[in-house]
Amino acid sequence: MNMQTKPPHTAAEKAILDSFAEIMGQLPGDAPVTAARDKLVSAISSDGLPTRRVESWHYTDLRNLLRDVPGQASGAAQQVDPLVRGSLVLPVVQGQSAEIRAPEGVALSSYMELLASGEAVKTLVPRGSDDLIGRLNGAFVMDGYSFSVAADQAIEEIIEIQSTQSGGQVHNRFAASFGAKATATIVDRHLGDKGQTGLSSAVTTLDLADGADVTWIILQGCGEDDQRLAQLNARLGADARLKLYVINAGGKLVRQELHVEAAGEGSHLDLRCVNLLAGDSHTDVTLTLGHNVPNTTSSEIVRNVVLNRARGVFQGQIRVAQVAQKTDAQMACNTLLLSDDGEFSAKPELEIFADDVICAHGATVIDIDHNHLFYLMARGISEKSARGLLVNGFVDELIDELENEDLVEALETLIEQWLADHG
Amino acid sequence: MLEIKNLHARIAEDGTEIIRGLNLTVKAGEVAAIMGPNGSGKSTLSYILAGRDDYEVTEGDILYNGESILELDPSERAAKGIFLAFQYPVEIPGVATMQFLKVAMNEQRKARGEEELKTPEFIKLVKEAAASLQINPDMLKRPLNVGFSGGEKKRAEILQMKLLGPQLCVLDETDSGLDIDALKIVSDGVNALRSPDRAVIVITHYQRLLEHIVPDTVHVLYKGQVIKTGDKDLALDLEANGYAGIIEAAA
Repeated sequence: MNMQTKPPHTAAEKAILDSFAEIMGQLPGDAPVTAARDKLVSAISSDGLPTRRVESWHYTDLRNLLRDVPGQASGAAQQVDPLVRGSLVLPVVQGQSAEIRAPEGVALSSYMELLASGEAVKTLVPRGSDDLIGRLNGAFVMDGYSFSVAADQAIEEIIEIQSTQSGGQVHNRFAASFGAKATATIVDRHLGDKGQTGLSSAVTTLDLADGADVTWIILQGCGEDDQRLAQLNARLGADARLKLYVINAGGKLVRQELHVEAAGEGSHLDLRCVNLLAGDSHTDVTLTLGHNVPNTTSSEIVRNVVLNRARGVFQGQIRVAQVAQKTDAQMACNTLLLSDDGEFSAKPELEIFADDVICAHGATVIDIDHNHLFYLMARGISEKSARGLLVNGFVDELIDELENEDLVEALETLIEQWLADHG
Repeated sequence: MLEIKNLHARIAEDGTEIIRGLNLTVKAGEVAAIMGPNGSGKSTLSYILAGRDDYEVTEGDILYNGESILELDPSERAAKGIFLAFQYPVEIPGVATMQFLKVAMNEQRKARGEEELKTPEFIKLVKEAAASLQINPDMLKRPLNVGFSGGEKKRAEILQMKLLGPQLCVLDETDSGLDIDALKIVSDGVNALRSPDRAVIVITHYQRLLEHIVPDTVHVLYKGQVIKTGDKDLALDLEANGYAGIIEAAA
C-alpha cells in the first residue's frame, strides 16, 4: 500500500501560516476563540489549500491560483460616497469597523466586540473540511459588523457596508438578522485599490425570520491585483423573501460562495448574478441551495460578460429534500463570450429526493445578436456604441428587476462605466 | 435624391442572386411605391439600402444625393439621413426605449457635427411625437419593442422616423399586421413627414396602404428588377388584375 505523502507547503500556504504566527497575539478573542482560531490554522496547515481534487474547488484550484499573500493591511484606504445618496454607511477601512449610530429599530455592534467577548465563538466553525474560506476567515477575522433589525421594522434607507482596502490582508465577518416581517435593503460593497495587492476574506451570515423581505446586494469592486475569498450563508424562515444580487466587477482571483437554506415553508430566493470579467482574472461563484421544506421556490439567473483572457466559473447546486414537495427552482446561466481567449465553466448540480417538484437549469453561451446590432446601427448608432448598448442590456435586464430606481440607476451607471473602461 | 443603377446583389452566405440589374430613381419630394409578388426582392432592396452586410453588391451602384453609399456602414447611412422602417422591428431586452432614442438622436447629431440634445429638450420632443402617434408614454418605459403588439411596434418605428427626421424614408411593409385604425395613425404620421426635400419609398403588397399614403410613382419589382413604372393608377390596376399580365408583358 502506498502512503499518501503530503506535498510541501506552497509559498502562499507558508505565507498564510507565517502571517498567523505574526498576528495571532493581536487578534481579538477570549480563550475559546483563540483555541478555535488555532484549530482552524492547524487544519489549513495539514490540508493545505484546496486543489482541483477537492470537488467543490474543481474549477478553482486555489493551491495553484493563490500566489500573492501580502502582509497585514496597514495605513488607510480611501472611503467613497455610498452607491446611493442618503444611505447609512457602515465603513470598514482596511478591515476595521467604526463606531456608527444605528437607526431606530436596528441593533448594531462591531464584530471585534463579539470576538473579544467570546460571543462569536460559535460562528468560528467551518462548513466542512472543504471550507477553506471558513477556515481562513475564522482563523484571521479581526472585525466587521453584526446587526439585527427588529420585527416589523421597515428600514427605508439603504444600509451600505462599505469595505475599502488598499492592499494587504483583511478578514471580516458580518452577521445580519432580520426579525419577522422586517424589510431592508443592504449594499454589501468591497472596494480595492488599483496597483495594490490585497487578499481579503469575508464570511457573512444572514438570518431571515418568518416573513422578512430583504434585498442584499454584494458589489465586488476589487483592484486588478486583489484576491477575494467571500462566503455568504443565509437561512430563510417561513414566507421570507431574499433577493440576492452578486455583481463581480474586479479582482484577479475571486471566489464568492453563496450557501442558502430555504428552511421555512413559502420562502423564496431570487439570485441575480452579474459577472463582468476582464484581463487575466479568475472569478468563481459557487451556490449551494437547500430546499429543505415543502412549498419553497427559487429563481437563479447568472449573466456573464467575458473579455480578454478572463475565466469564470458558476457552480450551482440545488438540493431538494425528500419532504420538500412542490419545490419550484429555476436556474439559468448565460454567458456573452466576447473574446476567443476567455472562458466560462458552468456546472449545474441537482440533487432531488422529492417526487413532486419542478427544477430546471440551463446554460447558454452567446455572441452579440447580429439582428440587434443591425437594428441599432440602422438608427445611426455606431457599431461600438451599439455593441456597448447590447452588452449593457444583457446584464441590465437583471438590474431592472430591482424596485428602487436610485439603486437601478447607480448599478447601471457602474456597469456602464466598467464596460466603457474594459470594452 | 436616390439613384439605383444596374444593381446586382446576392446573399453573402450562399451567393444566391436576389437583385438582378435594378434601376430606380426617386426624386426629392417624391413618394415612390414598390410593389411586387412574394420573393421579388422588395425587402432585400430595403436591407441593401440600409446597408445590411448579409447582402453583397456585385455590380452597379447606389447614389444618394449624388454620392455612392456602398462603402458606408448602416450607422453612417442613417446619419446621412436614410431611414428604414422595419417590417419586423427587433425586440431588444435590457435596452430601454428612451435610452435608445436618446443615443440614436445624439449619435446622428454628433455625426453631422451638431450639438447633443439636453435631456429636457429630448423628453419634450419625444412626448410630442409620441402623442401625435397616440403612443402611450408607458410603452416608452419598456425595453425596446419588448412586449409591444404588432401595431405598437409599427407606431414605434414611425416615432423613430419622426424624431430622427431622415431625408429618405424606406417603409418595408409597414402596413402588415396593422388594423384599420392603426393603419390610419401610421399613414397620417408618414404623410405629416412629406415635404419637398424628403423622399419616401413605400414597399407594400397592397393597394390599401396607398389609399392613405398616395404615391407619386409606382414601381413593380419582379425577380430583382423593376419591370414597370407608372403613377398611382398602376397600383389600382395591379389590385384589380394581379401581376400576371405585367410579368408576361415584360418577359
